[in-house]
Amino acid sequence: MTAGEKRGLIVTAVIFLVAAMLPLVNQGYWLSIGVSIAMYTVLATSWTLFSGPTNYIALSTAAFFGIGMYLVAAFLDWAPFPVLVLMAVVVGAAFAAVIGLATLRISGVYFVIFTLGLTELVRQVVAWMQHVMGTSSGLYVLISMTDPILYWLLLALSAIVFAIGWWIGRSRLGFALRIIGNDEVVAEHSGINTARAKVYLFVISSAFAALTGALVAPRWSYVEPTIAFSPFLSFQVVIMALLGGVHRLWGPLLGVIPFTLLWELISANFPAQTTLVLGVAFLLIVYFIPHGVVGLFEDLMRNRHGRLDSIKGTLLRWRSGNA
Amino acid sequence: MDIIIIGLLLGGTYALMAMGLQLQYGVARIMNLANGEILVCGAFGAIWFFTASKLSPIYAVLFVVPLAFAANWAIYQWMMLPLVKRAKNQGQLEVDSILATFGLSFFVIGILLAVFGGEFLTYSYLAQPVRIFGEPYALNRIAAFIGSAVLCAGLYAWLHWTRAGLTMRAVSVNPGAAGLVSINVTRASALAFALGGAVTAAGGVLLSMFLTFDASLGVAFTLKALIIVIMGGVNDVRGAIIASFILGLTETAVATLVDPGLTLAAAYILFIVILLVRPEGLFGRRAS
Amino acid sequence: MPSGAATAALTVAGVFKRFGGLVAVDSMSFTLAENEVLGLIGPNGSGKTTMMNLISGALKPSAGRISFYDDDISGMPANVIAQKGVARTFQIVRMLPSLTVIENVAAGGVFGHRKRWGAELHDHAHDLLRRVGLENVDDVPVTALTYIDQKRVELARALASDPKILLLDEWLAGLNPTELQTGIALIERLRAEGRTIIIVEHVMHAIRSLCDRCIVMNSGAKIAEGTPQQVLADSEVIRAYLGDADA
Repeated sequence: MTAGEKRGLIVTAVIFLVAAMLPLVNQGYWLSIGVSIAMYTVLATSWTLFSGPTNYIALSTAAFFGIGMYLVAAFLDWAPFPVLVLMAVVVGAAFAAVIGLATLRISGVYFVIFTLGLTELVRQVVAWMQHVMGTSSGLYVLISMTDPILYWLLLALSAIVFAIGWWIGRSRLGFALRIIGNDEVVAEHSGINTARAKVYLFVISSAFAALTGALVAPRWSYVEPTIAFSPFLSFQVVIMALLGGVHRLWGPLLGVIPFTLLWELISANFPAQTTLVLGVAFLLIVYFIPHGVVGLFEDLMRNRHGRLDSIKGTLLRWRSGNA
Repeated sequence: MDIIIIGLLLGGTYALMAMGLQLQYGVARIMNLANGEILVCGAFGAIWFFTASKLSPIYAVLFVVPLAFAANWAIYQWMMLPLVKRAKNQGQLEVDSILATFGLSFFVIGILLAVFGGEFLTYSYLAQPVRIFGEPYALNRIAAFIGSAVLCAGLYAWLHWTRAGLTMRAVSVNPGAAGLVSINVTRASALAFALGGAVTAAGGVLLSMFLTFDASLGVAFTLKALIIVIMGGVNDVRGAIIASFILGLTETAVATLVDPGLTLAAAYILFIVILLVRPEGLFGRRAS
Repeated sequence: MPSGAATAALTVAGVFKRFGGLVAVDSMSFTLAENEVLGLIGPNGSGKTTMMNLISGALKPSAGRISFYDDDISGMPANVIAQKGVARTFQIVRMLPSLTVIENVAAGGVFGHRKRWGAELHDHAHDLLRRVGLENVDDVPVTALTYIDQKRVELARALASDPKILLLDEWLAGLNPTELQTGIALIERLRAEGRTIIIVEHVMHAIRSLCDRCIVMNSGAKIAEGTPQQVLADSEVIRAYLGDADA
C-alpha cells in the first residue's frame, strides 16, 4: 500500500467513525435521514461497481431490492431474520446471474431496456403468484428494529461495499472492467472474457441491492408489491450515482447526500411534483454535469495544472520522436 | 377465436407507435424512452377534443399530428442534436439519449400530472358491438385498427415510393455513406424524429378510443414499442408490423387465458426469447 | 528458416467468409511456419483484414478450418484465441483512452497467453515500452501521444502476452518517411528475434525486406504465393493491382 493509499484509508475510517456517532446525537428526524443516506449510499455505490466501468446503465436496482424485501416479508414466520437476509443475497445473486448471462452478451442498449421493465415484471409476477396462492398482497413484517440498529447495519454494509469496491479496483477483475469500458474489442483480443466479467460485477451489484432490501424490510411494518418494487427507487439510485460521478469509488456518495436532502424537501413540500424533479435532475445531469460532481472537481484541478501538462506533453513528444 | 381477432386488432393499433419509435431509433438513432409519453399526450389530446367538441375523436388526429411533429422537431433540434454533436461514438450517444429522453419522459409525466391530475381518463365512442363470425366486437377497436392500417400503409408507401422516404431508409442503413451521397443526415434525422413522434401520437389518438389512460401509463407503452421494434428488427418496417401483431396476440392470449395482470410478463418473455435466439430481430440484418 | 517437419504454427484450410451475398474470403488455404514472417498483400478490398479478423477471432468463418498448431480454433471467440497465443494490432490504432501509456501495454499482459500481474507486469510493460522506443512516457495519458507513438504502444501491448503468433494489420500505414524507417527497423528487430508474424501491408519495400514469403489476395481469393520477388513479378498480381493495361 502506498502512502497515499494509507492516507485515504485513514480518512475513510475517520469518516465512518464520525458517521457512526449520529445515533448518539439524534434519535429522530436526522437519524431517519441518516438511515436513508446510508441506504442510498450502499445502493448507489454498489450500482456504480457495475455500471461505472462498463457504462451499462442498469435500471434494475428496485427489482432486486424488492426481491430482498419481499423474501423477508413473506417468510418471516418461518425463518429467523438473519437467515432470510442471507437467502436474499443468494436469491438475488442467482437471479442476477441468469439475467446477466442472458442479456449482457448482447448489447448495452438492449440491456438497459430490459432492466427498465424488470422491476415491473417482477412486481407483476409476485402479485400474480400471491393471487394464485390465495394470500393477500400485503404482508406484515413484525420484527422490531430500531433506527439506530438499522443505521449501524447500513453503515457497516456501506463500509463493506467500499471495501469490496476498493479490492476490485486493485484486482484483475477491476482492470478487466476498465479495459472493457474503454474498448471491448481490445479487451476481447487481450484475452478477457468480457461477458463473464460483466456478469460477475452485475451479480455483485445486484446481490447488494437484494441484501439492502432485506435489511430495511422491518422499517415498513406493512409491505406490498407496490412498496417493495417501487420504480422510482431505480431512477433515484441512477441519478445519485451519476450526479456524484461514477468513475471514483466515493463519487456516488457525493450525489447521495445532496439528492436525498433535496428529495426529502420536495416530498415534504411538493409531493405531487416528485416525478417532475426526477425529470429535471436527469436532464441537468446529462446536459450540464455528465461526469458528476467528481468530474467537475477534477476538471477544475486539471485546468490549474493544464498549462504545465501541455508543455510537458509537447516536450515528451519531441523527445520520443527522435528515438 | 375471439382472442385471435382481438389480439390482431390490438396488435394492429400498436403498430403505429412501433413505427414511430422505429423512425426515431432506426433513422435518427435516438433511443427515445419518452415515446410512451408522446403516445399518452396524443391520447390525452383526443380525450380533451372529444369531451370538448363531441366530434369524432378521429378528427383529433388533424391537430395532434402537426403539434406532435412540431414538438418532436423542436426536441430533436434543441435536446438531441447537442448530444449527437458531443458523442464520440454510437454507444455514448445511445447512453446519453437514453438518459436525456428518460429525463424528458419524467418531465412530461410531471407536467401531465400537474395539468390533468392522476385520474384515469376515458370516453365512450363507437362502443356498439359489431358481429364478426358470430361474435361481438367493439366497433371502436375495429375503427382504431382500420385507422392504424391506413396510416401504416401510408407511411410504408411514403418510405418506399418517395424520394424523401428513400432518404430515410438510406440514413437508417448507413448514415456515413448517406452523407457521402450528399444526403443532409442531420435534416433527415430531424425529419425522422419529428415524423416518428407524430406517428406515435396518432397511435395514441386511436388507442384512446378503447383504452383507459392516465398520466403514468407512458412507460408501459414505451416498453411495448421497444419490444416490438427489437423483435421485428430495428430497420425493417414489415418486421415492426408483424411483431406488433405477435405482441397483440400474446398479450390478449395471456390476459384472457392466464391473468390480465401478466401482460407485461408475457411481453418480456417474448423479448428474452428473441434476444437469446435471434437478437437482430425477425427481419434484422445480423451485424458481423 | 522454417523447418519442414514440425507442425505449422497456423494452418488455414478452405476458409470462406460470406456477408450476405458478398464473399469476402474465398477458399483461402495457406500455412504459416514457426519463425516465419509471412506477408499478406493485395489491392484494397481484397479481404486481407477480413482474413486477419478470422484468424484473431473477431469474425467466425462461414466455412473451412483454421488451426493453431494442433488446435482447431475456427470460430472460437477472440479471447480464447488470444490466450492460446495469437496477438494483433489493428488497422486503425485502438487505444484505451482513459488509461496511461504503461497501463495500455499492461492490458495486453494480464489475461493473454502469458499472464503477469503486480511488479512483474509493471517491469515487463516498462521493458517493452523501452524496446519499442518509448522512454519516459510510462505515466502519460495515452491520448497525449502522437499517432506513431500510439502505434508503438499498440505493438508493445500485443507483445506483452509473449504471443506465439503476431498479426500486424497495416501497422506501417499512415507514417511519414522518417517514421516508416523507424517502423520497419522495429519489425526487423522482431523478425531477428525469431517471431512468427503475419504482416498485412501496402508498403512494398517493407514487404520485400521483411517477408520470407508472400501471399497475394484479390477479391477474397489467393492469386499468388511465393517469395516477395516472385509474387511481385507475377503478371496476375500486377493485373490485380494495376489493371489489365499494365500487366
